[in-house]
Amino acid sequence: MIKMKNIRILVRNIRDGFKNVFRNISLSIASISCITVTLIIVAAAIIGSWNVENFTKLIRDDFTIVAFVKNDATEEDKTRIKEELDKIKNIQTIEFISKKDIMEEMKQSSDTFNSVMSSWSDSENPLDDTYQIRVKDDEKISKTAEKIKSIDKIEKVSYGEGMVDSMISIFGIVKNVLIVIVIGLVVVTAFLIVNTIKITIFSRQEEIEIKRLVGASNMSIKQPFVIEGLLIGILGSIIPIIVTIYGYSYLYEKTGGQMFSQFIKLVKPLPFSLYVSLILLAIGVIVGMFGSNKAVRKYLKI
Amino acid sequence: MEFIKITDVEKVYKTGVTALYGINLNIKKGDFAFIIGASGSGKSTLIKMLYREEKPTQGQIIIGGVNVGKLRNRKVYKLRRKLGIVFQDFKLLPKLTAYENVAFALEMYGLPKEEIRSKTIKALDLVGLKEKAKSYPHELSGGEQQRVSIARAIVNSPKLLICDEPTGNLDPDTSLEIMKVLEVINDLGTTIIVVTHDRDIVNKMKKRVILLDKGRVKKDYEKGTYDKNEKH
Repeated sequence: MIKMKNIRILVRNIRDGFKNVFRNISLSIASISCITVTLIIVAAAIIGSWNVENFTKLIRDDFTIVAFVKNDATEEDKTRIKEELDKIKNIQTIEFISKKDIMEEMKQSSDTFNSVMSSWSDSENPLDDTYQIRVKDDEKISKTAEKIKSIDKIEKVSYGEGMVDSMISIFGIVKNVLIVIVIGLVVVTAFLIVNTIKITIFSRQEEIEIKRLVGASNMSIKQPFVIEGLLIGILGSIIPIIVTIYGYSYLYEKTGGQMFSQFIKLVKPLPFSLYVSLILLAIGVIVGMFGSNKAVRKYLKI
Repeated sequence: MEFIKITDVEKVYKTGVTALYGINLNIKKGDFAFIIGASGSGKSTLIKMLYREEKPTQGQIIIGGVNVGKLRNRKVYKLRRKLGIVFQDFKLLPKLTAYENVAFALEMYGLPKEEIRSKTIKALDLVGLKEKAKSYPHELSGGEQQRVSIARAIVNSPKLLICDEPTGNLDPDTSLEIMKVLEVINDLGTTIIVVTHDRDIVNKMKKRVILLDKGRVKKDYEKGTYDKNEKH
């Protein structure tokens, strides 16, 4: 019985919530466009930070330690080095590239190399045999590199520390800035929504007052406003979602899925843009509901 | 048995103004009482405390066994459902018809449609406005609007009807009509409290009269008249 009552109140309030959106259409449009604009910027920021995160991950996955073996190392030394490398926990894969392979590769890459190197015999080859090593946890890459360097007959170790490290830290900063922008925008919109809905409520103060006087519970007074906020949130996120889905796949096609270089790959549009759309819808709905809830609380003695 | 029991009630507003000093009143079930007094005598404050728009600073107000002053804000609606309130300015929603204005209250309680319908028609019938159910407030006269608001106040069969200057905006003849409506409702067993300035009405009705002066109960007549010599 009590449940039936609440359902009837809810049905009535959903109807009223819809009515209110259209009755105060100009104010509703103000709130909706406010959410729309913010969500478009939020979408851009989310797409940006997600991609930056993706670049970082790709770069990290590409992290390779190259260990150069001393030229005078014997076959036994190499076997021993392999065994010792196998013992290091943070190593994921080890690939041995002989100096001959490297020479072949270099020969192919340029004619000059080719003419110079063609005369070398195996024993004259000044290049080093190398191990290409991928690590599991790249945070610990420098430690792992140290360990590898301490193995006997390893001449030197290199892992592009300078450039790659600074790139990752720049990406990290960019990502954090974008996250701060997203949070800031969401908060600002919430306040704007609070104020817009406050104006609509102001014109309906009398209605609220009468509802209170005839004995409507706070819940049933609040409900239509919260539903109104929810609707405004949904309506406000429609355009940003369209922009996200079509805009991002357009961008992806235009750039061929890359930015600046082959190195930096964009996230594939599907299902990525759908996830972003869901996030936008959720932000719109939460901000709308939170905003109207906060606005109406002022008029209720709770 | 006392239906309303007001004991040593004092009200001091946040501004530091004291509106009421040590009020003691008992109102029986089925009573019809006028509260009169000059502006600033505290009569508005007193009835606002009855429907818990204000809280007493000190003392107790008990209505039908409920300590109104102790009621939490979120529970106030439970009290309001048991009483009806009528205002000087009617407080009708202009975009709703007479019927919708009366049904409004019951819709807020989530009653089934058929029940709302029968109760609303009954209330409109009681105030003599059944024929104007579909009219909007601006299509009704002041007296008719006030009758709609009375219908709304009694639609849930409250035990207590509180009227704050119900005839303040009406001419003498219409005022008398409204009073007759209230009398009918009173005869059906509802306790009625009317705050008024209207001397003629008080004198004609010959009901209990409680005179407030500067925040105190000055006189309490059983079947009183508005004393012309009384300053108020």
